[in-house]
Amino acid sequence: MTTAEAHKDSGIAQDLIVYVFLLILAAIQFVIAYQDISTSQMFERMLVVAIIEAGLALLFFMHLNENRGLRWFVVGFTVAVLLGLQYGWTDAHRLVNGVPWAK
Amino acid sequence: MSQADLSIHGLVSRSTENEIMTAPTFSVPAKKMAMWLFIIADTATFAGCLVAYGFIRTYTPNWPRPFHSITNVALMTFILLTSSLTMLIGVQSARKGDKSGAFRWVAITAVLGVLFAVLHLREWMGMIAEGATLFHNPWGTPLFSSLFFSITGLHLLHVSGGVVALIAVGIRYQGGRYNADDIEITGLYWHFVDLVWMFVVPLVYLLNLSH
Repeated sequence: MTTAEAHKDSGIAQDLIVYVFLLILAAIQFVIAYQDISTSQMFERMLVVAIIEAGLALLFFMHLNENRGLRWFVVGFTVAVLLGLQYGWTDAHRLVNGVPWAK
Repeated sequence: MSQADLSIHGLVSRSTENEIMTAPTFSVPAKKMAMWLFIIADTATFAGCLVAYGFIRTYTPNWPRPFHSITNVALMTFILLTSSLTMLIGVQSARKGDKSGAFRWVAITAVLGVLFAVLHLREWMGMIAEGATLFHNPWGTPLFSSLFFSITGLHLLHVSGGVVALIAVGIRYQGGRYNADDIEITGLYWHFVDLVWMFVVPLVYLLNLSH
Protein backbone atom coordinates (compact mmCIF):
# COMPACT_ATOMS: atom_id res chain seq x y z
CA MET A 1 0.00 0.00 0.00
CA THR A 2 1.38 3.40 -0.92
CA THR A 3 1.32 6.25 1.59
CA ALA A 4 -1.25 7.96 -0.60
CA GLU A 5 -3.53 4.95 -0.22
CA ALA A 6 -2.78 4.75 3.49
CA HIS A 7 -4.34 8.17 4.12
CA LYS A 8 -7.69 8.29 5.79
CA ASP A 9 -10.29 8.35 3.06
CA SER A 10 -12.09 11.45 4.29
CA GLY A 11 -13.48 12.15 0.83
CA ILE A 12 -13.84 15.42 -0.97
CA ALA A 13 -16.49 16.77 1.45
CA GLN A 14 -13.94 17.70 4.11
CA ASP A 15 -11.66 19.30 1.53
CA LEU A 16 -14.56 21.34 0.19
CA ILE A 17 -15.46 22.58 3.68
CA VAL A 18 -11.83 23.61 4.34
CA TYR A 19 -11.71 25.29 0.91
CA VAL A 20 -14.85 27.32 1.70
CA PHE A 21 -13.39 28.27 5.12
CA LEU A 22 -10.18 29.42 3.41
CA LEU A 23 -12.17 31.54 0.95
CA ILE A 24 -14.08 33.10 3.85
CA LEU A 25 -10.85 33.81 5.77
CA ALA A 26 -9.29 35.34 2.64
CA ALA A 27 -12.40 37.53 2.26
CA ILE A 28 -12.03 38.60 5.93
CA GLN A 29 -8.49 39.77 5.16
CA PHE A 30 -9.86 41.96 2.35
CA VAL A 31 -12.53 43.35 4.69
CA ILE A 32 -9.85 44.16 7.31
CA ALA A 33 -7.95 46.09 4.62
CA TYR A 34 -10.87 48.54 4.38
CA GLN A 35 -11.33 48.99 8.16
CA ASP A 36 -10.60 52.41 9.61
CA ILE A 37 -7.83 51.25 11.95
CA SER A 38 -4.09 51.88 12.34
CA THR A 39 -1.58 50.00 10.17
CA SER A 40 -0.25 48.05 13.18
CA GLN A 41 -3.78 46.94 14.16
CA MET A 42 -4.46 45.99 10.55
CA PHE A 43 -1.20 44.03 10.41
CA GLU A 44 -2.00 42.15 13.63
CA ARG A 45 -5.51 41.19 12.49
CA MET A 46 -4.39 40.14 9.01
CA LEU A 47 -1.52 38.10 10.45
CA VAL A 48 -3.84 36.24 12.82
CA VAL A 49 -6.17 35.39 9.91
CA ALA A 50 -3.20 34.33 7.72
CA ILE A 51 -1.89 32.04 10.49
CA ILE A 52 -5.31 30.40 10.82
CA GLU A 53 -5.43 29.97 7.02
CA ALA A 54 -1.95 28.45 7.00
CA GLY A 55 -2.89 26.12 9.87
CA LEU A 56 -5.95 24.84 8.00
CA ALA A 57 -3.93 24.34 4.81
CA LEU A 58 -1.17 22.49 6.68
CA LEU A 59 -3.52 20.24 8.65
CA PHE A 60 -6.05 19.35 5.97
CA PHE A 61 -4.62 20.11 2.53
CA MET A 62 -1.11 18.92 3.39
CA HIS A 63 -2.42 16.16 5.71
CA LEU A 64 -0.29 17.03 8.74
CA ASN A 65 -3.27 16.04 10.93
CA GLU A 66 -2.58 12.42 9.97
CA ASN A 67 0.99 12.22 11.29
CA ARG A 68 1.58 13.53 14.80
CA GLY A 69 5.37 13.13 14.77
CA LEU A 70 5.80 14.91 11.44
CA ARG A 71 3.37 17.63 12.55
CA TRP A 72 5.44 18.49 15.64
CA PHE A 73 8.67 18.30 13.65
CA VAL A 74 7.44 20.67 10.94
CA VAL A 75 5.68 23.10 13.27
CA GLY A 76 8.48 23.07 15.89
CA PHE A 77 11.23 23.58 13.34
CA THR A 78 9.36 26.30 11.45
CA VAL A 79 8.38 28.21 14.60
CA ALA A 80 11.99 28.06 15.83
CA VAL A 81 13.20 29.52 12.51
CA LEU A 82 10.53 32.24 12.55
CA LEU A 83 11.32 33.17 16.15
CA GLY A 84 15.02 33.27 15.28
CA LEU A 85 14.28 35.76 12.51
CA GLN A 86 12.62 38.08 15.02
CA TYR A 87 16.05 38.79 16.53
CA GLY A 88 16.49 41.13 13.57
CA TRP A 89 13.80 43.48 14.91
CA THR A 90 15.93 44.54 17.87
CA ASP A 91 18.92 45.00 15.59
CA ALA A 92 16.90 47.05 13.09
CA HIS A 93 15.61 49.21 15.95
CA ARG A 94 19.20 49.73 17.16
CA LEU A 95 20.35 50.74 13.67
CA VAL A 96 17.55 53.27 13.25
CA ASN A 97 17.21 54.66 16.76
CA GLY A 98 20.57 53.97 18.37
CA VAL A 99 20.80 51.88 21.51
CA PRO A 100 19.06 53.82 24.29
CA TRP A 101 19.47 50.94 26.78
CA ALA A 102 23.26 51.15 26.37
CA LYS A 103 23.49 54.82 27.38
CA MET B 1 20.79 -2.59 25.17
CA SER B 2 19.11 -1.20 22.06
CA GLN B 3 18.56 -3.15 18.86
CA ALA B 4 21.22 -1.04 17.17
CA ASP B 5 23.70 -2.02 19.91
CA LEU B 6 22.69 -5.65 19.52
CA SER B 7 23.28 -5.32 15.78
CA ILE B 8 26.78 -4.04 16.37
CA HIS B 9 27.51 -7.06 18.54
CA GLY B 10 26.02 -9.41 15.91
CA LEU B 11 23.09 -10.40 18.10
CA VAL B 12 20.31 -9.55 15.63
CA SER B 13 19.77 -10.92 12.16
CA ARG B 14 20.76 -9.08 8.99
CA SER B 15 17.09 -8.64 7.96
CA THR B 16 16.22 -7.02 11.32
CA GLU B 17 19.25 -4.79 10.94
CA ASN B 18 18.06 -3.72 7.48
CA GLU B 19 14.62 -2.95 8.89
CA ILE B 20 16.21 -0.73 11.54
CA MET B 21 18.41 1.04 9.01
CA THR B 22 15.60 1.61 6.48
CA ALA B 23 12.79 2.58 8.87
CA PRO B 24 11.48 5.88 7.49
CA THR B 25 11.57 8.95 9.72
CA PHE B 26 8.11 9.65 11.20
CA SER B 27 6.85 6.75 9.03
CA VAL B 28 7.14 9.08 6.04
CA PRO B 29 8.75 7.79 2.81
CA ALA B 30 12.09 9.37 1.93
CA LYS B 31 10.77 11.30 -1.10
CA LYS B 32 7.93 12.83 0.92
CA MET B 33 10.28 13.66 3.79
CA ALA B 34 12.63 15.35 1.32
CA MET B 35 9.72 17.51 0.12
CA TRP B 36 8.86 18.44 3.72
CA LEU B 37 12.48 19.42 4.39
CA PHE B 38 12.46 21.53 1.21
CA ILE B 39 9.22 23.18 2.35
CA ILE B 40 10.71 23.99 5.76
CA ALA B 41 13.81 25.47 4.11
CA ASP B 42 11.69 27.45 1.66
CA THR B 43 9.53 28.71 4.53
CA ALA B 44 12.70 30.20 6.01
CA THR B 45 13.47 31.84 2.65
CA PHE B 46 10.05 33.48 2.34
CA ALA B 47 9.93 34.33 6.04
CA GLY B 48 13.33 36.01 5.69
CA CYS B 49 12.05 38.09 2.75
CA LEU B 50 8.81 39.04 4.51
CA VAL B 51 10.52 39.88 7.82
CA ALA B 52 13.07 42.03 5.94
CA TYR B 53 10.14 43.70 4.17
CA GLY B 54 8.59 44.32 7.62
CA PHE B 55 11.82 45.95 8.92
CA ILE B 56 12.11 48.23 5.89
CA ARG B 57 8.42 49.13 5.76
CA THR B 58 8.33 49.96 9.49
CA TYR B 59 11.42 52.15 9.42
CA THR B 60 10.81 53.94 6.10
CA PRO B 61 8.85 57.18 6.50
CA ASN B 62 6.05 57.92 4.02
CA TRP B 63 5.78 54.35 2.79
CA PRO B 64 3.80 54.41 -0.49
CA ARG B 65 0.34 52.88 -0.80
CA PRO B 66 -0.04 52.58 -4.58
CA PHE B 67 -2.79 49.97 -4.85
CA HIS B 68 -6.26 51.36 -5.60
CA SER B 69 -8.14 48.17 -6.43
CA ILE B 70 -8.24 44.70 -4.89
CA THR B 71 -10.03 43.10 -7.83
CA ASN B 72 -6.93 41.59 -9.46
CA VAL B 73 -5.35 40.32 -6.25
CA ALA B 74 -8.72 38.94 -5.05
CA LEU B 75 -9.11 37.08 -8.35
CA MET B 76 -5.53 35.75 -8.10
CA THR B 77 -6.21 34.56 -4.54
CA PHE B 78 -9.43 32.83 -5.61
CA ILE B 79 -7.65 31.09 -8.49
CA LEU B 80 -4.77 29.88 -6.32
CA LEU B 81 -7.08 28.60 -3.55
CA THR B 82 -9.23 26.84 -6.15
CA SER B 83 -6.11 25.28 -7.67
CA SER B 84 -5.35 23.74 -4.27
CA LEU B 85 -8.81 22.16 -4.27
CA THR B 86 -8.36 20.77 -7.80
CA MET B 87 -4.96 19.40 -6.72
CA LEU B 88 -6.62 17.63 -3.78
CA ILE B 89 -9.18 16.07 -6.13
CA GLY B 90 -6.31 14.99 -8.39
CA VAL B 91 -4.52 13.33 -5.44
CA GLN B 92 -7.73 11.55 -4.40
CA SER B 93 -8.25 10.32 -7.96
CA ALA B 94 -4.67 9.02 -8.00
CA ARG B 95 -5.26 7.21 -4.69
CA LYS B 96 -8.25 5.47 -6.22
CA GLY B 97 -6.15 4.46 -9.21
CA ASP B 98 -8.13 6.67 -11.60
CA LYS B 99 -5.20 7.65 -13.85
CA SER B 100 -7.12 9.69 -16.41
CA GLY B 101 -9.09 11.47 -13.67
CA ALA B 102 -5.92 12.27 -11.72
CA PHE B 103 -4.19 13.55 -14.86
CA ARG B 104 -7.22 15.67 -15.76
CA TRP B 105 -7.36 17.35 -12.31
CA VAL B 106 -3.60 17.86 -12.19
CA ALA B 107 -3.81 19.45 -15.66
CA ILE B 108 -6.65 21.73 -14.47
CA THR B 109 -4.43 22.72 -11.51
CA ALA B 110 -1.60 23.55 -13.93
CA VAL B 111 -3.96 25.63 -16.09
CA LEU B 112 -5.09 27.57 -13.00
CA GLY B 113 -1.41 28.09 -12.14
CA VAL B 114 -0.80 29.50 -15.63
CA LEU B 115 -3.85 31.76 -15.26
CA PHE B 116 -2.49 33.02 -11.93
CA ALA B 117 0.89 33.74 -13.54
CA VAL B 118 -0.74 35.59 -16.46
CA LEU B 119 -2.76 37.80 -14.08
CA HIS B 120 0.40 38.41 -12.06
CA LEU B 121 2.38 39.41 -15.15
CA ARG B 122 -0.47 41.64 -16.32
CA GLU B 123 -0.35 43.43 -12.97
CA TRP B 124 3.43 43.77 -13.23
CA MET B 125 3.13 45.22 -16.75
CA GLY B 126 0.62 47.77 -15.49
CA MET B 127 2.99 48.85 -12.72
CA ILE B 128 5.98 48.97 -15.07
CA ALA B 129 3.92 51.10 -17.48
CA GLU B 130 3.38 53.55 -14.61
CA GLY B 131 7.16 53.80 -14.15
CA ALA B 132 7.81 51.24 -11.40
CA THR B 133 10.93 49.14 -11.86
CA LEU B 134 13.20 47.17 -9.55
CA PHE B 135 15.16 50.35 -8.77
CA HIS B 136 12.61 53.12 -9.39
CA ASN B 137 9.27 53.87 -7.82
CA PRO B 138 7.08 56.76 -9.05
CA TRP B 139 5.11 56.79 -5.76
CA GLY B 140 8.02 57.38 -3.37
CA THR B 141 10.84 55.31 -1.97
CA PRO B 142 12.36 52.90 -4.54
CA LEU B 143 12.56 50.32 -1.74
CA PHE B 144 8.85 49.66 -2.28
CA SER B 145 9.34 48.54 -5.90
CA SER B 146 12.46 46.56 -5.05
CA LEU B 147 10.65 44.63 -2.33
CA PHE B 148 7.40 44.26 -4.25
CA PHE B 149 9.02 42.82 -7.39
CA SER B 150 11.44 40.67 -5.36
CA ILE B 151 8.85 39.06 -3.10
CA THR B 152 6.11 38.62 -5.70
CA GLY B 153 8.76 37.58 -8.24
CA LEU B 154 10.06 34.88 -5.91
CA HIS B 155 6.52 33.62 -5.44
CA LEU B 156 5.83 33.75 -9.18
CA LEU B 157 9.01 31.75 -9.75
CA HIS B 158 7.66 29.10 -7.38
CA VAL B 159 4.29 29.05 -9.17
CA SER B 160 6.02 28.69 -12.56
CA GLY B 161 8.22 25.87 -11.23
CA GLY B 162 5.12 24.24 -9.77
CA VAL B 163 3.30 24.35 -13.10
CA VAL B 164 6.26 22.67 -14.83
CA ALA B 165 6.42 20.04 -12.05
CA LEU B 166 2.66 19.39 -12.26
CA ILE B 167 2.81 18.85 -16.02
CA ALA B 168 5.92 16.64 -15.84
CA VAL B 169 4.66 14.50 -12.94
CA GLY B 170 1.14 14.30 -14.41
CA ILE B 171 2.44 13.02 -17.75
CA ARG B 172 4.78 10.51 -16.12
CA TYR B 173 2.01 9.33 -13.78
CA GLN B 174 -0.30 8.73 -16.70
CA GLY B 175 2.50 6.94 -18.51
CA GLY B 176 2.99 4.62 -15.52
CA ARG B 177 6.44 5.83 -14.55
CA TYR B 178 5.25 7.64 -11.39
CA ASN B 179 2.71 6.54 -8.79
CA ALA B 180 0.08 8.20 -6.59
CA ASP B 181 2.73 9.15 -4.01
CA ASP B 182 4.50 11.31 -6.59
CA ILE B 183 1.26 13.14 -7.35
CA GLU B 184 0.75 13.67 -3.62
CA ILE B 185 4.30 14.97 -3.11
CA THR B 186 3.87 17.45 -5.99
CA GLY B 187 0.58 18.44 -4.39
CA LEU B 188 2.42 19.19 -1.13
CA TYR B 189 4.61 21.67 -3.00
CA TRP B 190 1.59 23.24 -4.69
CA HIS B 191 -0.25 23.70 -1.38
CA PHE B 192 2.89 25.31 0.04
CA VAL B 193 2.91 27.86 -2.80
CA ASP B 194 -0.74 28.58 -1.95
CA LEU B 195 0.14 28.89 1.76
CA VAL B 196 2.88 31.44 1.07
CA TRP B 197 0.41 33.53 -0.95
CA MET B 198 -1.81 33.75 2.17
CA PHE B 199 0.96 35.82 3.80
CA VAL B 200 2.10 37.74 0.69
CA VAL B 201 -1.40 39.13 -0.01
CA PRO B 202 -2.00 40.89 3.34
CA LEU B 203 1.59 42.04 3.86
CA VAL B 204 2.53 43.17 0.36
CA TYR B 205 -0.83 44.11 -1.16
CA LEU B 206 -3.52 44.83 1.43
CA LEU B 207 -1.32 46.84 3.82
CA ASN B 208 -0.36 49.03 0.84
CA LEU B 209 -3.90 49.75 -0.27
CA SER B 210 -4.74 53.44 -0.67
CA HIS B 211 -7.98 54.44 1.02
